[in-house]
Order: sequence, then C-alpha cells, then structure tokens
Amino acid sequence: MEILLAVMVGILYGTGIYMMLRRSMVKLIIGIILLGNGANLLIFLLGRITKGAPPIIPGDAKVFTEAFADPVPQALILTAIVISFGLQSFAIVLVKRAHTVVRTDDLDEMNATDEDS
Amino acid sequence: MLTAILTGFLFSIFLVFTGKFFKGKLSILASLIPLGLFVYFFQFIPAIAGGEVIMRSYEWIPSFNVDLGFKLDGLSLLFSLMITGIGFLVFAYTSSYLKGHEYLDRFYGYLASFMGAMLGLVLSDNMITLFVFWELTSITSFFLIGFNNTNPASRKSALTALGITGIGGLFLLAGALLLNNMTGTYSISEMLSMSEAIRENEFYFLAVIFIFGAAFTKSAQFPFHFWLPGAMKAPTPVSTYLHSATMVKAGIYLLMRFTPVLGGENIWNTTLIVVGGITMVYSAIHTIFRTDLKGILAYSTISALGILVFLTGLGTQEAFLAAAVFIIVHAFYKATLFLVTGIIDHQTHTRDVTRLSGLNKIMLPVGIAGILAAISSAGIPPTIGFVGKELTYEASLHYESLVIFLMIAIVVTKILLLYAGFVAGIKPFTGKLPEELSNTKKPGFVLWAPPLLLAILGIVFGIAPFIIEAPLIKPVVEAMGADASNIHLALWHGFNTVFILSLITIGVGTALYFIIKPSKGLENGIARFDFIAPENILTKFNKIFMSISNFWTNFFQNGYLRNYISIIILFLVVLVGYIMIGSTRFTIDYNSLSKITVYEITTTLILIAGIFYTVFTDSRLAAVAAMGVVGLSICLIFVFYSAPDLAMTQFSIDTLTVILFVLVLYKLPKYLKLSDYKTRLRDGILSTIFGLIITTLALEVLSEPVSKEVGDFYAANSYIEAHGKNVVNVILVDFRGVDTLMEISVLSIAAVGVFGLMKLRLKMKDRRRYADTGQNTENNKN
Repeated sequence: MEILLAVMVGILYGTGIYMMLRRSMVKLIIGIILLGNGANLLIFLLGRITKGAPPIIPGDAKVFTEAFADPVPQALILTAIVISFGLQSFAIVLVKRAHTVVRTDDLDEMNATDEDS
Repeated sequence: MLTAILTGFLFSIFLVFTGKFFKGKLSILASLIPLGLFVYFFQFIPAIAGGEVIMRSYEWIPSFNVDLGFKLDGLSLLFSLMITGIGFLVFAYTSSYLKGHEYLDRFYGYLASFMGAMLGLVLSDNMITLFVFWELTSITSFFLIGFNNTNPASRKSALTALGITGIGGLFLLAGALLLNNMTGTYSISEMLSMSEAIRENEFYFLAVIFIFGAAFTKSAQFPFHFWLPGAMKAPTPVSTYLHSATMVKAGIYLLMRFTPVLGGENIWNTTLIVVGGITMVYSAIHTIFRTDLKGILAYSTISALGILVFLTGLGTQEAFLAAAVFIIVHAFYKATLFLVTGIIDHQTHTRDVTRLSGLNKIMLPVGIAGILAAISSAGIPPTIGFVGKELTYEASLHYESLVIFLMIAIVVTKILLLYAGFVAGIKPFTGKLPEELSNTKKPGFVLWAPPLLLAILGIVFGIAPFIIEAPLIKPVVEAMGADASNIHLALWHGFNTVFILSLITIGVGTALYFIIKPSKGLENGIARFDFIAPENILTKFNKIFMSISNFWTNFFQNGYLRNYISIIILFLVVLVGYIMIGSTRFTIDYNSLSKITVYEITTTLILIAGIFYTVFTDSRLAAVAAMGVVGLSICLIFVFYSAPDLAMTQFSIDTLTVILFVLVLYKLPKYLKLSDYKTRLRDGILSTIFGLIITTLALEVLSEPVSKEVGDFYAANSYIEAHGKNVVNVILVDFRGVDTLMEISVLSIAAVGVFGLMKLRLKMKDRRRYADTGQNTENNKN
C-alpha cells in the first residue's frame, strides 16, 4: 500500500505543478489545492502508516498498551490542512476580485503592476 | 576614549531634536565640540612624546575576537589633533559660510558624525572596528559631498565617491579577514609582533593587495583619483575638511599604520613608489589645465597624497620623517587655501581664477592668509613648507636606487605644485581689481580668522620647527617602526644639493607662474583626452555592467508566474535528480509494507480518476466537483490509516472549499485552454518528471528506519501531564498551544482579507473605467 500511496503523492505533485503552470487563474488555484493535498499525504506517508490503531488512549488506561499511530505527523497535517484552507479561500476570492477588476483570466496579461504597460 | 569618539555621533543625534536652535546665531557654538575634543587630545601630548602608548579596550563581540580596541600612539595622536583642530576651524567657519542655510543643523550633524567616524578610524586598534569606522567615513562623506542635493552633478559626485571609497572599504574587510586568518588576531598591535611571520606567509601578497586597494581608493591614488575632483561639488567647508586633513588622509594613515606590519618587502615599497609617483606627477600636471580654484586645489591635493604615498614607499627613516612633516604642512596650507577659496566664492560668487585679481584691496586678511599659504605650499623659507620640502628631497636623494628618476619626478611635482599654490593663493589677490568685483563685500571675522590662523601657524612652525618635533613628529616616526632618536628638525640645513634643488624648484615654479596663465583654452585642450581618463573607462564599464544585470534580471524576473515556477521546478528536478541518480537503491522491504485490501484499491482508483478528471475536463463545475472527490478520497485514506482527526478536518475543509468555489463560480473566469499543444507537452513532461522524483524520494525515505521518539514522548505524557486521551488534540491545544494560537491568528487574517475582498466596492469612476476598456491597458488619467 505504501508504494501505491507514494505513486499517488507523485501524481498529486505532478498534476498540481502542471495546473500551476497553466495561464488560467482558476487552474492555478486548483493546482495549489492539488499540491497541498499531495504535501499532506506525503507527510502522512513518511510518518509511516499504521492501520486501525488511532493515537487515542483507550478508555481506562493512562498510557498506550498497544501499538499506536504516530501522532506527530497527524498534528502537523492537521495544521497544514487548516492553513491551506486559509490560503485557498483567500486565493479564490482574490482571483474573483481580480477578474471583476481587470476582466481577464489570462495570467500573462496580469504581469505588470502599472496600468499603462 | 570611546566617549571622545562617540561625541560626534551623540551630537548629531542631539541635533535631530534641537536642530532648529542651532540654525541661527547659536550655530557657532557647535564648534565647541571639536574644540573640546582637541583639548582632550592635546593633553595626551606629553605622555605620547614620552614614548607612551595608550590602549583602551571595551568588549564587543568576544566570540568573534572583535572588541572595541583603541590605541593612541604618535600616529593616531597627530591625526586626531588634525581632525579636531581643523575640525574646530571648519565648524566655526561654516557657521558664517552657510549662515541662514535651511539645513544648517543637518550639515552640522553630518559633519559631527564624520568627525566621530574619522576619530574612530585613526584610533581603532581592532581591524573590524577600523573597517566599521572606515565605512562610516565613506557614508558620512557621501552626505557631505551630496549636501547640495538639488544639484544633479552634486548627487552624481557623491555617488561616485561613495562607490569608489565603498569598494575600498570592502578591500579593507577582506584584508582584515585574511590577516586574521594568518595571525589569529584582529588587533593591529598584536600583528606588529608577528610581522615576520606575516611577511613569510604565502598569502602575504594578497594581504598587501587588499590593504593597497583600501588605501588607494580612499586616498585617491591613480587610477582611482577621479572621485576627488568630483567631490569638490560639496560646500567648501566640506572640501576643506575632507581633503586637507581627514577623509583622503585615511588611506595614508592606513599605509603608515601597516608599514611596520607589512612593509619592508620589495613589493610593498616598489608599488607605493610607482603608484605614488605616477599620481603626484599626473595630477600635478593636471593643475595647469584648471581654471576653477577648487579644481586646481583638488588636483594639487591628489598630487600631495601621491607624494605621501611615495614617501611611505621609500621606507627609510628620512622618508617617514618627511611624510610626517608633510602631512602637517599639507594640512595647514591646503586647509588655508580651501578656506580662502571658500571666502572668495562666498563674496564674489565665482571661483574662476581667470576672472579673479586684486582682491587684497577688499579682503586684506584673507589675502595675507592666501599668500602665506601659497608660500608654504611653494616651500619658500621661512615656512613649514620649506622644511617639509627639504626633507622630501633629502629622503628621495638618499634612496638606494634609481635616484635620478625619483628626483626628476619629485622636483617636477614640486614645481607644478608651487605653480598651483601661487595660482590659488596669490593670483586672486594681486594685480588690478576688475570692475565687476569692485563692489564685493568684506567677509566677516569668523570667515577670515580661521585661514589666517592656520597660515600664521604655518610660518611659526617653519621658523621654530622644534615646537612640533618632539611632541608630534618623533612619535609618528616611531609608530611607523623607525628609530627616531636622532631626528632634528631645522629650517636651515646648510648649503647642499638639496638646497640647490630647492632654489631650482622655486625659480622654475615662479617663472612658470608668470609664463602660463590659466585659461579656458588650456582647460578645453585637456578635455579632448577625457576618453582615456580612468573615470570615463569606469563609466563605460558601469554601463556594460548595468545592461548585463538588466538582461539577467529580466530573464529571471520577467513577470510571468509560470516561468518562475518552471525555473524553480527545473532546478529542483535537475539538482535532486542528479543526486538521486547516483544514490537511489530501490530496495524495498516488502514485508514491512501494510497489506492492500479491496477498499484501499477502490479508493485509490477513485482518487486517481478524480485527479485526472480535474486536470483534463473543460468545465469549471466538473473540475471543482472532481476536486471534491479527490479531497474526500484522501479523507478515506486518513480513515483507513488511523487518523480520525485528520479525516474529520479534511472532510469539513474539503466541503467548505467546494462550497466556496461554487459560490463564486459564476463570477470566476471561464475555464479556458490558453496554452498551445507544445507548451502543454513541455509542462506535462516537466510535471511528470517532478512527480516521479517525489515518488522515488518518498520510497527512498520509506526504506530508511524511522524514529518515533517525539511521538512516544507525547503519547506517554498526554494523559499524565495534560489529562487528554486524544494525543493529536493534546499536541495541538496543549503541548504546541502557542503554535495553534498563531495558526488561528493567520486564519483570522485570511478571513479579514476574504471579507475585505468580498465587500470591497470600487468607486463608480474606477468601475466604469475598467468596464469600458475591458483590459488593464487603458490610459492613466484620473
């Protein structure tokens, strides 16, 4: 399964970058989201995956008695998911605003800060 | 001592707040600062003359071996006295020269900081401190030279000066680091005792080049001399201060300071003699072709600096003596001439020497000062200039080889300098007063007193040179590493070769003054050779450099987002790929992998299908929906592999993203295919390789052992310390609670941004403008 996951991470990264290289603004955002998902999955995979053993201490125990999944990567990813949501939502609204203002969706036409260039 | 150095800086900070009180009549009070410092340094004379060396050290960065180490010996004392003494006169003079100037307070601030930097420079014993103060003088002089900041020529000169002396500063830093590498210390006094080892070191040559680079740029030696004439754009008090006693002498100081450390080798002496020789003759010749008083003084200053470098290069005790005396001589007469020029400029509003004559009828005291300074610069007895010239000739005459060439060079230089001194100091005050200057006003006392005082001191020291011999000159020669016990300064040296040479110099120089009249014709004549002047070559070089860097910047910073991404990814692929080709092992322990069940395979397939659908669909809605599928599949993977918290977060976030997308979907641009087939193929190949590298990287990491130390710590302490059973949650809200707080802040900022962008209403005018044109390329009139 690890190999399969590694391949999927690769696909997410590759397609993410491919979408970011497009000139359409919407595709840029989708690229960022795909790349973000890929990064989360990569961290998850590299922290080693464990099946059916969530890092929650069972009811009456004070410490773990059995094997458990590493909580550190999970904590990291949780943060990453939330932060990337902040980024994504901001990017979506920004693109929308930029589109209403400059009436173009081609990034190549938005490469100058001055209006008259 | 540290207080003395910092006084200048503190005063300028003080001026920031109280400047407006110092703009008016009180401005002359500012001169009390250098006067006080002068008195402070003056009281060290007996101790230094007695052979004492005063060291002060304050800890600064001990881990780097850098401390604020200061050393007061003969050399430092001479320079400190000049800096503060002439500083006092310049400060006082300025109060009248720039009376009522809008930024007088600012000027004093620059001047005071410059003085502080200069004092720090000559007193530093630690090379890093020396470097810091060295650069501070460059920076403060930049402000001083560019003081008339409304004048483009003035700004350009300031930049040139900063550029040249700044580069020199970098040489000094390189020299400091190299010498530290060779000796293990930054202290110049400690290097002194290791002089032998340094000279035998294989990097000796490089160290010498670095020190030369610093000294030659600062002291305007050929071919770096051109910043100095340009710096004449500064107000005259600045020129006086920078070019007679301080800034340009810093390079000389550096050479003198390092003579006992690095000197004595052939490379050291020959280079100094050659560079100094070329500089002194080259710029002395230039003085003939100038009609601007300050231009003449600028070139004669460069020439005098050349003589000092030349003398330092001779390396004999006689030469050091001559150099020490000549520093004082030059400071006195050059400061006087500059101040006199300033007065002429101030009163008559011209510095064109062809139009000036007969001014002694109006400003007699100034005329006396000018003529006395001219005589001193000419080396006519009984001035201190005569003593200096005799010593210079003697030192050159007694050099071991090529005496005839040295003598020709030095005599020619002295003849031309005599001419320059006469033109600057005597010409404006003799002859008939022209009609146009007849209603020139008399200068005030504060203006004419400083130059007259300096000029008279020049005569006093000439008649009685023993006044400065023991307290000032001897300690300097000793500081340069020569024996000073048998030094005896005198006005009259007897009738010998040197005296005959002196007579020749005075005779030929005076004749030259009467034969050559400064004229525009001569000035234009030399201008034809400007294309081979170092300044122009450097300007051309600068232009080429600018165009290359422009091209380079535009190549990488071309404004296309996808180019930036492509370049970053390309470098990553090439560099990481290059490493991985050599070291990837492709060994996977299949037993350690977790088993695959049908659920996982199905999820994976859905995920992959979702990804590719997102990429290749033509519909925005479909793409967003497919992206939701991708997110939910990842959510499922989290569920399978024991991460319930992640699954929940991913689920809600993914849903929110999709909802947000759909909400604004119809206000979003169309989902166009803008690139052609070739671009897509190229990007596709790049992304595929990138994806492959990430996959390989992940597999490589998986074959390495993993440490779960951190996880175990949290697991063990989660309940005991933090009383929580869900370890992931405990980490987030307890162990790393502050991080989470920051994260919340980031999200809040993003939320504010989103809200702002949603609610932002453009003004109607702008909106119509954008709507009309439909492009961002309309005109800019609003």
